Parts: sequence; structure tokens; C-alpha cells
Amino acid sequence: MSDFLLAAAFFVVAMVALGLLRILRGPTEVDRMMAAQLLGSGGIAALLLAGASRVPATVDVALTLALLAAFVSIALVTSAATSERSDVAGCEAEEEP
Amino acid sequence: MSFVLEIFSIIAVSAGAFFFLAGTVGLLRFPDTLSRLHALTKADNLGLGLVVLGLLPRADSLSAALKLICIWLLALFAGAIVSQLTAQLASARRG
Amino acid sequence: MIQIVNCSVALLVLLLAIFTTVTRKVFAASFGFIAYGLLLTLVWVQLGAPDVALTEAAIGGGLTGVLLVGSASRLRQSEADGGVERPGLPARWIAAVAAAIVAAALALCVLAWTEPAPGLAPQTAASMGATGVGNPITAVLLAFRALDTLLEAIVLLFAIVGVWSLAPDRAWGGRPGRAYRSDPEGLLAYAARVLAPIGIVVGIYIFWVGADHPGGKFQGATILAAMWLLLWRAGLTDAPPINRRWLRLTLVGGPIVFVVIGFLGAATAGAFLAYPDGYAKPLILAIEWALLPSLALTLFLLVVGAPQRLATG
Repeated sequence: MSDFLLAAAFFVVAMVALGLLRILRGPTEVDRMMAAQLLGSGGIAALLLAGASRVPATVDVALTLALLAAFVSIALVTSAATSERSDVAGCEAEEEP
Repeated sequence: MSFVLEIFSIIAVSAGAFFFLAGTVGLLRFPDTLSRLHALTKADNLGLGLVVLGLLPRADSLSAALKLICIWLLALFAGAIVSQLTAQLASARRG
Repeated sequence: MIQIVNCSVALLVLLLAIFTTVTRKVFAASFGFIAYGLLLTLVWVQLGAPDVALTEAAIGGGLTGVLLVGSASRLRQSEADGGVERPGLPARWIAAVAAAIVAAALALCVLAWTEPAPGLAPQTAASMGATGVGNPITAVLLAFRALDTLLEAIVLLFAIVGVWSLAPDRAWGGRPGRAYRSDPEGLLAYAARVLAPIGIVVGIYIFWVGADHPGGKFQGATILAAMWLLLWRAGLTDAPPINRRWLRLTLVGGPIVFVVIGFLGAATAGAFLAYPDGYAKPLILAIEWALLPSLALTLFLLVVGAPQRLATG
């Protein structure tokens, strides 16, 4: 059973690797921003599969990773949006003099 | 751990891995940013959900199981939000 | 099987690091760095160090990544204007040789590892009972090597002072960063309103559980700072002006409590930051409780940046 989970973890890591290969090459910046999101879902799956049985605190680490990956993805996208002065629903940047 | 639960875990984790594969194939093959975004946020999150489902029977305690579900819901929510925001950014930059 | 997983993760980390170093675009490097930081979390868990994994996910992947991307967007303009400076060939050769020497030295150190690894782990495990905490990392950070933690907290204060010194004269004492006005019906505000309470609960939970399980004040404070940053970005709250007394008191409050407890230890137990018998756990908890708001505020202010707007009111 644990061997199976480790094999699944390896598979997910391989998928994340392939995904990163494609995303970080991606023609636009928006593609590259998705790397944080990719790791947010794939990385957490690999973490839970590889660690849940051996290290009991893995679930806490995965929780933190989920939260921080979400935060980073949102921060990246909104900072790119505001630095371009484009209108993104929900955020308008204004500088006071 | 009972045999049925083990089989259930194996099936769920395998299904999750399959969806990760589908998401990655989508990432590699889809022609533009928006469809790649779709593959990433939808398929990978579903894969994560199935993996979490498969790991639930193996959780140490009720609180660990609840935390696992929380992780999945968090990832799902983040995926939805990020895909919307990224799509708005991508279409604003393109058009 | 586990070696296959570990080797594949290590290989991926290496490839990501190479990509981050080699790529010519600043933003691509920043995103690669963020991915690298988030992936290192997996490495730390595989190495059996969940506390470090928590810190890596929070600081390495999260806050530092956001900081880097913020700097990259500020530099975007000047990079485009000034062109990129390229060092000459001799400088690059020297850099290559120096890097190769460092890599060779590291490789030799790894190959020369002895079994069992040298260290103080057995003595730490033996003495942990006196501290009253169950997590050996917390025991080391706040009891055996408390001086290092104190100095780290003070170094963060110096970093804040350094960041604030970049403020233009007219904005001194004002609000750092820029003002974001949110659309209250918008997606970002909704995301912040849902994520922030969850994040605050998780942050306090990670802080609370750090006494006996992996976690602690630093990871908890980082999560709290990240949620505050999210609320700020969504325009639901604003960065406070830095001339407010409560802000300055909170910043120094944690280290001051730490130092006071240190001197109390000198008076009652014979050495600076020694704990009298039986009082170790309450004192450790007091230090952690005092440091949590200081650290969260410090990390928030470090990412937000130097004051840029006039303080009003």
C-alpha cells in the first residue's frame, strides 16, 4: 500500500515536472504565473501521497502550502494587473499624491 | 486497515493520478493560455480531490481527515478565483 | 520506491534552479523561484523536517516570492530604459571558477559525511523534559538557543528600519505602499473576504500547535502577514501610517519582552535567557505570544515597503 502511494507520488511529481516544463516556457507572462497554481494543486497531492504516512505533520504543511500557494497566485495575478493599469474586476489601483 | 478500504484508496488515488495526467496533457497540448488555464485549474484540482478522497481512510484521526477535506476545499476555491483573475488578465492583455 | 520519489523531486528542484538562474527574463526567474520555494517544501518533508517545510512554504515560497515580483515590476521601467549591463568575459570566467570551487567544496563535504551525523540531537532529546515543550525545534529555538532567536527578531527590526529609510522625505511617517481601492462586489474582494478568516484561523492554529508539534510563532506570523497582505491588495484595509505609536510599540514589543525575560533570567537563574526551574514553559509561551504580533506586523511592513504617501490624520 505504501509502495503504491509512493509510486503515485512519483507519478504526480513527474506530471508537475512536465507541466512546469511547459508553463515556464510559455510564450506569455500569464502562462508563467500559473506555475504557482500548478504547484498549489500538484505539489500538495505529491506532498500528501509521499509524506502522509511517514511524517504525521504533513497535513499541517499541506494546509499551509495550500493557503500560501493561493495567496501567491492571487498576489501575482493582481500585481501584474495593476502594474499594467488594466481593469481587473475587484481591484482598481489608485495612487494618492 | 480493512481490505475494502484499501481497494477504495487505491481506486481513488489512481483516478486522481489519471486526472493529473489529463490536466498535464491539456497543459502540454492546448493551443492558448486560456485553455491551458482551464486544464490546470479544473483537472488538477479534481485530481487533488480524488487523491484526498483516497487518503481519507488512512487519516490518523478525525481532525486530520477534516484537515484533508479543508485542504481540498481551499485548493478548489483558490483554483476558481485564480482562474477567473488570470483569465481576465490574459484577455485584457490580448485584446 | 521512496528513493525514486526523492531522486525525482531532487532532480526537479535542480532543473527549476537551473531554469531560474539561466533565464533572461526577470519575471520568469521570479516565478521559477516561487515554484522552487513551494517545491522545496516537499523536499523538507521528505527529509523529515516539517517545521522547516512550514517555514519554507510560508516565507520562501510565499512572502519572498511576492517581494521579488514586486521588486521586478518596479525595476521593469528602469530595465527597459537603461538596457542590461553585461559583465566582461574575464569577470564571467572568475565568477565561473569561484562558483565551481564552492560547488566542489560542497560536494566534498557531502561525500565526507560520517555516520552517525555529528550534532547535539541526543543531548537535546535528553534535556527536553526540563523545557516542558514537546516539539524539539521549539525547545532549541526558545530554550537552548534562545539568544539566536532574539537576535533574529532584532535583525528583522533593522530590516524594517532599512526599508523605511528608502522613503522620500515628504512621505516620512506616512502610509507605506500604495492604496488599493476595491470594488466591493468584485472577485478579489470576495476572495480576500473568504480566504482571510480561514488564513487567520490556520495561522493561529499553526502558532498554537507549535509547542508540541511542528509549527510555531514564525510560521504562524508569516501566515497572518500573508492574509493581511491579501486584504491590503484587495483594498479592504490599508497599511497603517508608520508614525502611529501603536504600530511602533507593536514592532518593538516582542523583542522587548524577549530581552526583559532574558534579564530576568540573568537575575534569577544565573545567565541571560536562562529560565528558572519550573518556569520554562510559561516563559516560553510568554515570549511566543509577545513575538507573534510583532513578527506578523514586521513581515507585513517588509513586504509592503517604504512609506510613499503622506500620513493623514
